Amino acid sequence: MLIGHFTEQPWQDDSSGLMGTQSTDLGISNSFYNPAVGASLYNRYLDEKLYAEEMGFDAFMLNEHHSTPFCMQGVTNIGAAILARQTKKAKIIILGNVLPIWDDPLWLAEQLSMIDMISYGRLVSGFVRGGGRESFAHNAPPHFNRERFEEAHDFIIKAWTEPGPWRWEGKHYQYRYVNPWARPLQQPHPQIWIPSTVSVETVKWTAEHRYPLVLLATKLEPTRDAFQLYHDTAKENGYKSGTQNLAYLFKVHVDETEEKADEVARKYLSGVSNPFLAGNEGQINPAIMSLPGHTSRTSNRLQAAAFGPAGRFGTNRRPYEDQVEDLTIISGTPKTVLPKIRHVLEYLRPGSIFFWDGDGAMTHEDQMRSLRLMGEEVIPAVREMGKELELFSSFEVDPRTGEKIETTEEVSS
Amino acid sequence: MMAVNVGEPVEQELVLANTTVKLKKSGSGDPLLILHSEMGNAGWLKYQQELAKDHTVYMLSHPGCMGSDQPDWIMNMRDLAGWYLQAIEELGITPMNVIGLSFGGWIAAEMAVMSPQTFNKMILVSATGIKPEEGEIFDIFGVTPQVFQQKSFFDPSNTSEYQIVCPDELTEELALEWEYARESTCRVSWRPYMYYPALPNLLNRLKNLETLIVWGSEDEIVPLNSGQIYNRNIQGSRLEVIKNCGHRPEIEKVGEFLKLVKEFL
Repeated sequence: MLIGHFTEQPWQDDSSGLMGTQSTDLGISNSFYNPAVGASLYNRYLDEKLYAEEMGFDAFMLNEHHSTPFCMQGVTNIGAAILARQTKKAKIIILGNVLPIWDDPLWLAEQLSMIDMISYGRLVSGFVRGGGRESFAHNAPPHFNRERFEEAHDFIIKAWTEPGPWRWEGKHYQYRYVNPWARPLQQPHPQIWIPSTVSVETVKWTAEHRYPLVLLATKLEPTRDAFQLYHDTAKENGYKSGTQNLAYLFKVHVDETEEKADEVARKYLSGVSNPFLAGNEGQINPAIMSLPGHTSRTSNRLQAAAFGPAGRFGTNRRPYEDQVEDLTIISGTPKTVLPKIRHVLEYLRPGSIFFWDGDGAMTHEDQMRSLRLMGEEVIPAVREMGKELELFSSFEVDPRTGEKIETTEEVSS
Repeated sequence: MMAVNVGEPVEQELVLANTTVKLKKSGSGDPLLILHSEMGNAGWLKYQQELAKDHTVYMLSHPGCMGSDQPDWIMNMRDLAGWYLQAIEELGITPMNVIGLSFGGWIAAEMAVMSPQTFNKMILVSATGIKPEEGEIFDIFGVTPQVFQQKSFFDPSNTSEYQIVCPDELTEELALEWEYARESTCRVSWRPYMYYPALPNLLNRLKNLETLIVWGSEDEIVPLNSGQIYNRNIQGSRLEVIKNCGHRPEIEKVGEFLKLVKEFL
């Protein structure tokens, strides 16, 4: 089992007047941005990641969003590169680079190769299509979102694996000379994981490609349905899928007392508005969330049929208490969070999990306490659960074949 | 197919330029091609009914709009204009008069530049396609279709057909018509947004194409300045500005619009 850590790395500035407000997506001017605050936050979030590794997390999950205060990581590869140099053991799992907004996917291939080498082979390279927000912020044509994603994906894999120089005259990308002087250390290339929030099209594509699928804090039932769809698609494609093909992100905060845990967990919802934190979403900008052609008509039809009115994320704006009730937020002392985590593991059977913590209005101290308690008590216990429930990550069992992966030590002994 | 009543167009599905498209056709007289706007080809308004009295009006739903397939190879305005030239040649109505509305005006201008002899007379109404020297073309993709419709009119409360064009109770059919039309428009206009940098220069080729340019004085979508640049670069063209009118003169000031058009044609 793989246990990772995630935060959106939210902007926090009490003097901005933005904390706890429900703003409109892409509606906040960067005139509110104080770089001194930014500098401090970036370094704080990196310190927390270093401590997370110390506390026994197997992996860091990094994401990327643009032009928005709920997530400061506009360039995920910078965060990944810094961690590549400053950490030693944890996997660096980028979920993910937004392929369609890259006009130059060769440059992305180079960056990822460098990160993989500098980290001595710890990169997991996730790719996403991005929502309207990313296309709007970087002016990527929304109607070619899926095509650009697929062509960039094919191109990057070729750039990683086929010696150059060669040419590429594609529909959306053209290169007269592909011969990057940087190739990934992992062979044939870093694992590719695909995050999703219950998109039928994405789930099927991911299963067809035998890539691990990561569901991002979606409600348990639609998540299980998505995982089942993955397994059904894998079966249709003639390979054996299992826990190694699945990963799940969910909010877990651990604290010294139940009261403290409750107080701090409420802070998930009192930062700057975050469309991905149920109860904190603010106002979506409906035009940006439905840019022309961004979601195919097929996908919209499939969505309605398969997952009903559960909404885009399988969540909807709900009060904090409801979210605690249905395990959307798990917060407590180690004693009370462990049974809830176990329930999630039994219900979904993912081979990899990410604890989403240190978000919203949580302070550095809040996060450090949680990380320490996770390291001391939660992670060791969850590892045991993983063993008992036979939850294997894609580093233990090959997601492409279902075969156990022999480690080098075993082979040589 | 029979017309529903006088003034309603006959709707057909045809294959033109290797593409299945929807055609609305009505009236009698010389052929008049109308290129619809970025909001699609819904309904049949007063201006269309009036023009059908003296012309055979042809309105194709652009490729990718509701009722028309989207050829995969159309990726920019040149592609779309080229497709349209072939389509109307196959319809057998060239040479003819054309009216282009907003995004449809840009299509008309590009078609004219590629093939001036295709049109007898050209009318550009609030046409996109030229980057204004002052101000910017409003970003229609950053707002919902409803907001865009509202902004397209100077005084919706004084526009008799406003409730038809932008009803309070939006039907699913109209919502889809808008959605498909926006997709089809977006495909060829995303960036540079809604103009072609060299179009003013290319328009200099048009020396014998009688052109009328119609604009609303209060157009908040495409600055009047774009119309002025069209005027400046199409030799012999005439620019008429309708007062107290937004982006849709053919709807908001239908009387004045029709007067200008009938005199011109």
